[in-house]
Parts: sequence; C-alpha cells; structure tokens
Amino acid sequence: MDNRQKEIDNLKDYKYGFTTDIENTKAPKGLNEDVIKFISNIKKEPQWMLDFRLKAYDRFKQLKEPDWQKPKYPKIDYQDLYYYSAPKSMKDKPKNLDDLDPKLLETYKKLGIPLQEQKRLNGIAVDAVFDSVSVATTFREELTKQGIIFCPISEAIQNHPELVKKYLGSVIPVTDHFFATLNSAVFTDGSFAYIPEGVRCPMELSTYFRINASNTGQFERTLIIADKGSYVSYLEGCTAPMRDENQLHAANVELVALDDAEIKYSTVQNWYPGDKDGKGGIYNFVTKRGLCKGKNSKISWTQVETGSAITWKYPSCILKGDNSVGEFYSIAITNNHQKADTGTKMIHLGKNTKSKIISKGISAGLSDMTYRGLVDISSKAANSNNYTQCDSLLMGNKCGAHTVPYIKNKNAESNIAHEATTSKISEEQLHYCQQRGLSAEEAVGLIVNGFCKEVLQQLPMEFAVEAQKLVGISLEGSVG
Amino acid sequence: MKEQLQKDFNNTIEGLSLTQKDIEIKKFYLDNFISKGFPNRKEEDWKFSDLKQIINKNIGEISFYTDFTTTNKVDTSVYVDGLEHNKIVFINGRIEKIDFDYEEKDQIEIIDQSETINKFNNTSSLSDLNSAFTNKSFKIAVKKDYRLVKPLIIYHTTNSKIWSKNINLRLNFELSENSCLRLIDLYSDTSEKNFLNIFYNFDLKKDSILKNYKVDKFKNKNIKYSFNNIDQDKNSISETFILSSGSNFFKNEINCNLSGEYSSAFVNGIFSLNNSMHHEIRTIINHLTENTKSYQLIKSVLEENSKAVYQGKIYVNSKAQKTDGYQLSKAILLNKDAEFNAKPELEIYADDVKCSHGSASGNLNENSIFYLMSRGLSYQQSRELLINGFLLDVVEKITDPEVKNLIKNLIGIKE
Repeated sequence: MDNRQKEIDNLKDYKYGFTTDIENTKAPKGLNEDVIKFISNIKKEPQWMLDFRLKAYDRFKQLKEPDWQKPKYPKIDYQDLYYYSAPKSMKDKPKNLDDLDPKLLETYKKLGIPLQEQKRLNGIAVDAVFDSVSVATTFREELTKQGIIFCPISEAIQNHPELVKKYLGSVIPVTDHFFATLNSAVFTDGSFAYIPEGVRCPMELSTYFRINASNTGQFERTLIIADKGSYVSYLEGCTAPMRDENQLHAANVELVALDDAEIKYSTVQNWYPGDKDGKGGIYNFVTKRGLCKGKNSKISWTQVETGSAITWKYPSCILKGDNSVGEFYSIAITNNHQKADTGTKMIHLGKNTKSKIISKGISAGLSDMTYRGLVDISSKAANSNNYTQCDSLLMGNKCGAHTVPYIKNKNAESNIAHEATTSKISEEQLHYCQQRGLSAEEAVGLIVNGFCKEVLQQLPMEFAVEAQKLVGISLEGSVG
Repeated sequence: MKEQLQKDFNNTIEGLSLTQKDIEIKKFYLDNFISKGFPNRKEEDWKFSDLKQIINKNIGEISFYTDFTTTNKVDTSVYVDGLEHNKIVFINGRIEKIDFDYEEKDQIEIIDQSETINKFNNTSSLSDLNSAFTNKSFKIAVKKDYRLVKPLIIYHTTNSKIWSKNINLRLNFELSENSCLRLIDLYSDTSEKNFLNIFYNFDLKKDSILKNYKVDKFKNKNIKYSFNNIDQDKNSISETFILSSGSNFFKNEINCNLSGEYSSAFVNGIFSLNNSMHHEIRTIINHLTENTKSYQLIKSVLEENSKAVYQGKIYVNSKAQKTDGYQLSKAILLNKDAEFNAKPELEIYADDVKCSHGSASGNLNENSIFYLMSRGLSYQQSRELLINGFLLDVVEKITDPEVKNLIKNLIGIKE
C-alpha cells in the first residue's frame, strides 16, 4: 500500500513537465513564404517538395479558421509562432548515436525511451522527434534487412522521393481543412514507414514526440504505407514540458493500406494538459486519416487521450477497397479544465465494407468532452456494416459529456447500429468494491479500468500497461 | 425576393389595424428575414434538409401575401367520421371555424391576439418570417381543472385557390393547472406548391396534460414546416405523436423545456415515405431541473428514393440531476435509393443521469421473411406483416384509445 501511494504521489504531477536546456536553431518568427523557403532549404528539400508547401500555403491564405467545435479557445496568432526549432547539434546530422548530443540522450532517458543500443526496448523500433526534427531512429538495420523503410520523413524525401511523391497528400490533400493545410505548408519532420509486399513487420514501429522549445508549434507529418499483403503495428507517444502559455500541435498522419494489408495505429497521447486552473497546455489539433485503398485491407486506430488542454481530432478511415475494414477504439479522459472534441469518421465507399467504433469518454473536474463522429455509407457501398458504441462516464456535476454522431445511410443493403449511454459510477458498484476492502480511489480505478477494458485490450502489451496506469493517474483526485 | 417581400408585407399590414409600434416590430422581423433568407444547409440545424434549395426546386418564385377578405366555404367532407370532436378549421391559412360545441363554454377562452405580437423562443429565420406575416393569431386557454371532453381537431386545409404561396400560422395554447387537452393536427391539401410555416406555443402549468397528434397522411405537393415550443411546469406531461407521410417535404420541430420537477415529455414519430419525399423530425428536449423524464421513439419505412432525417437532442442542465432520457430511432430502407440520416445528440452537464440513445438502419430482415414464408405466407404478405409490426410499435405508444384507433385506421394497420 505504501509503495503504491508513493508511486501515485510520484506520478500525480505531470512527470514529463521538465524542459531540456539546449541550444536551438529557429526559423524567424511568423508565417510567410520566406519561412517556408527557410524550412525547405534547411532540410535540403528538392523543388517539388517546396512547390507542395507553397501550394498549401497559397490555399491556407484563403481558408478561415473553423469555429464549429465545442471547446472554444482564444484566437491563435499564427504570426507569433516559431515554425521551426531544432537542437543546434542536429544541424549536421550525427552519423550515429554516439555523436548525438548527450543532453538529448538524457532527455529521452528521463522520458523512459532509451535510445542507446544496450537499453533499447526489445521489439520496438523508435523514431524520436524532438521539436521540429527527428533525432534518432533505432533498429534501422534490422528493419532494412526485410526491406522495411523506417526513417524520418525528411530523409525519405531525399532517399525515396518516388514513394513520398506518390503518397504524400494522397489521403490528406493540400487543399484540406485549415490545420491540415497549415501542416502541409510548414511540416518539419515526422516518421515515414514503408512495408513492402507480403512482409509482416517483425517489431512494433514507434514514434516518440517531444515538444521542448517555447512558442513553437509542432507540425509533424507521418506517412505509413503498407504494400500488398503486409502488416504493421505502429505506436505513437507524446509529452511536452509544463509551460504557462498554450502551444499548438497540428500534425498530419496519413495511412495507406493496399490490397490485403493491415495497419494498426495506436496512440497514447499525454501532452501537458495545463495546470489545475487551466493555465497552459497543448492544443492538440491533429488530422489523422487512413485510406483502405486496396481490397481486403484493414486500418485500425486505437487512442488513449489523457493529455492536452484541448484535444480536437477525428482519426478517420476511408473504406475505398471492397471488403475493407475500419476500426476505431478510443478512450478519452479529461480532468480539471481539459477539453476534448474527438471521434472518428468512417466513410464507406467500397462493397462489403465494415467498420466498428468503440468510444469511451470519461470526464471529471471542470472538463468537457464531446464525441463527434460520422458514419457515411454511400449508395455504392452495398452490404456494408457499421457498429458504433459510445459510452460516457461523468464524475461530478461540473463537467460535461456530449455525443454528436452523424449517421448517413444511403444504401438499403447496409446496416448501421449506434448506441450511446451516459452515466456515472453507481453507488452499488462502489459499495460492492469498498465492502471487499478497496479504498474509494482504488474502487474507482478498478471500475474505470473495467469501463475502458474493451479499448485497452486493443493496445500492444507494453503500451497497455502504461495506458492503464495513465488512466488511473489522470483521474487522481477527482473522487470524493 | 426582397422586392416581393416588401410589397407583400405592405399589403399584409394594410389589412391589419396595428399600432405604429407593432408595425415597427413586424418590420424588424421582416428585415431579419430579408437578411437571413430561407435556411440552407450551411446552418447546422438544416444540414440534411436545405430548405432554400427545396423551395427553389419545388416552388420557384414564392409570394407571401394572401387576401383574407373573402371567406372560404368549409368543406365538411374532410371532417373525421366516427369520432366526436371540437374543431378549428384553417382554409388556406384563414381561420374559418372555431367550434367547441362539446365543451363547457366558460372553461375555454379564445383570445384574439392578432393585434399583439408575441415573442417566440426561436431565432431561426422562419420564426422571423412567421412573426412578420402572421395576420390572425389566437390564444386558446383551458381553465383550471378542466379536462376537455372531446379531442380538438385542427384541420389545416388548402385548396387550389392558392399557388406558390407562403402561409404563416400561429397558435398559442395555455393549459392551466390540472387541465387536459387532446389536440390532433390534420393536414389535408388539394393545393400544390405552397409553403406552410406553422408555429405553436404551449404553456403547460402544473399537473396539466397535453397530447398532440400530428397527422400528415394525405398525399400532396406542399412544403411544410411546423414548430412546437412546449414549456412544462411541475408534474406536467406532454405527449407528441407525429405521422409524417403525405407532403413532399415536411419538417417537424419539437422544442420541449422541462422546467418543472417530475415533468415528462414523450415524442413518438413515424416516417412512412415513398417517391421523392423528404421529411425530417428534429427534437430538442431540455432537461432543466431535477427528476425529469423524456422518451423518444422514431421509426421510418422508406421506399423508392425517399429521404428521412431525424435529429434529436437531449440537453441536460447541470441542475437536472436524476434525469432519465431515452431516444431510439430505427429505419428500414426498402429501396437502394432511399436514404436515412440521423443525428442523435446528447449534451450532458449533470452526473447523476441515465441517458442513452440508439439508432439503427438497414433493410428488412431476410431471416424473418424466410420464417414467415416457411409458414405459408407469400413474400408480399410477410413483408407487409413485418412492416406493420415495426410501425405498430410506435402507434401502440399513443395513450389515448380513441385517437389510437383513428390513427390505426388512417395508416391501415391491421392487428
């Protein structure tokens, strides 16, 4: 018990809230063509990439910031941000980990992501992104043997232009919505993965995002392509230091699954959520979209959202190939002043497509949580199926839980079923647990974990344990 | 459209004896409508039904003035047989008859409110349109402890004298303590291409009961919008039933404020559509205080290239602990061109609540058909039996036996 208490006390505060004191190279403040050229130049990008960015920027200038979302936030001054920030030591890319700035190694060690050879997590290849650049990628040789490409996207632009050119912007076009377009114009780094035909990726691929510098926006771009018959499981984790001001994180993630391929994308998002009075924290405005391009393909999103001041994202699946499958499993927890507006879109275009949505929302304190989702079965998507379940749990009467599903069925041979419930932890359940010797907090922890179990099961082993702990910590202090 | 509006507005004003101040207020609403226009898909509430486009496509040029100086002959053949009832008859938007023969005279008060302007708890442009152009409006007040002996049927009839016109109606109901009103809205049209814009306001005092049945059964090519605002005090009950089946386009909106403890609201609806009909039901149930209850059940059967939309919202205020809210929508699509859209929404700020919704859409269950056919029914018979049973579920929710029978006969449901 004592040990557990100590562990909780340790974890109670946001333990990833430290900053790394490291010299940065930054782009000039503000957003204009010169800054975009600066980013493109520093990355030594080919002309087509710069054209891609400028095209997006042209489009961005015409777009208006959306305002239909539930959580409102003070206007962001896009001219008052740094769009590029990188540790100075990264200017000349270190050849191997021994050349890497020890401060960076130290940072990742503190975060529990050891990059050095001997301490690496077994079976997980990590791409570590620090502010605007990728600092290290582990297990690369082993992956290369199988023909798998796993590297920072800036490297992929240099080394595999044919793949990047073909797929970048194919799921999230440059003409998409406000934040996605902004990302297309100024994205700095991110991960790129290509799984060749018929290969089952032997280990989990993972990216670890870290925002360090202040006043910067993080705009990373992830592109994963699973060629015919391949399989990959991808993990994403994120943290940021504690700061008083809000920081913007607007990433784009594109997934492409060709015939018979499967992509499993898991996120444990733990950006700094702001302090107890709602000061500071990350604005997590992310666009994630997967395209089931080939027949029999499958894309599955799993997310555990515990951090960020505002989470605003809808990981989506476009089920274009016949018999393709889309899945979405989500746990979103908000406490204190956090706000979340999250959900998914399942767009059925091909025949016999199936999708499943399981969303669990927990709100406590003064927080506000919205599930917003779209299920659209087009007239050509014969014999398609969708099942949606979204449950919300409320703790206290100062928080809110909302459900806004959009359901469109244009095909008579297709079925859609949707269920949603909102409730609180019942006195009976609490009483039952306490009667058997658990404290009130432990009882709540147990019940909440049970509530989330369906989703936690979808996470890879190592992550599931972490996530389960995170769920408990996020709700600390919300009972009684 | 702006010039037409101005001209028709001046004509309408001429026929009314309004004070300068009231005219100013009406002008204000007119200006509001002119600046907003008919609602379109850019507005969240009209996302699935773009009224602007629908009016353009179905009506084209629309005018807003109707001459009410001449009376219309009431065609008694539209009256419902076999059910004694009180009546209010609207013909082309003009009140031709108010008849409460079955009731005690001093228990029901009918107040002409045409010359006063009521604010309506609605900010849509259609409410502005209604406020600017309504020319007769009545308030019907039921006195304390009085329960109407017979139901009241409001006949909304139109005939071929009108064409491409917009008609605005408004009625106010006040149900005093412990009173009860059964109200049936019956639409019957022989006109085409008109837009009816109907606003009802109900004020339900303590312990009162309102049962409102809206029956749009007879086929017609008009476009209709109806808005019910229901304010409920302690222990009051409102029951709304909607049969949405006859018009080319019909959007029913129910806005219910449960502001008294132990008040409850029931909304049940049937869409039975074919051809290229497009109907919508939108409900907003606001749970504003403790121990309130709401229940909604919407079922649709869609044939050919018809389209049904259900937008239902349950809002629970942070004070409204112990709320019980339930919502279910089910749709059967019988043709590949049919379309069902739903947006069942929950907005909850209190923790001790029980709220849930469900929505399902799909085709007829082949297994059930097989089961029935294996017992000797033809395919057609099995299909009808299943659809009947599916819809009967909603009709059975009607608590008034007389009205239940009437509606069963109208739909042709056999038991």
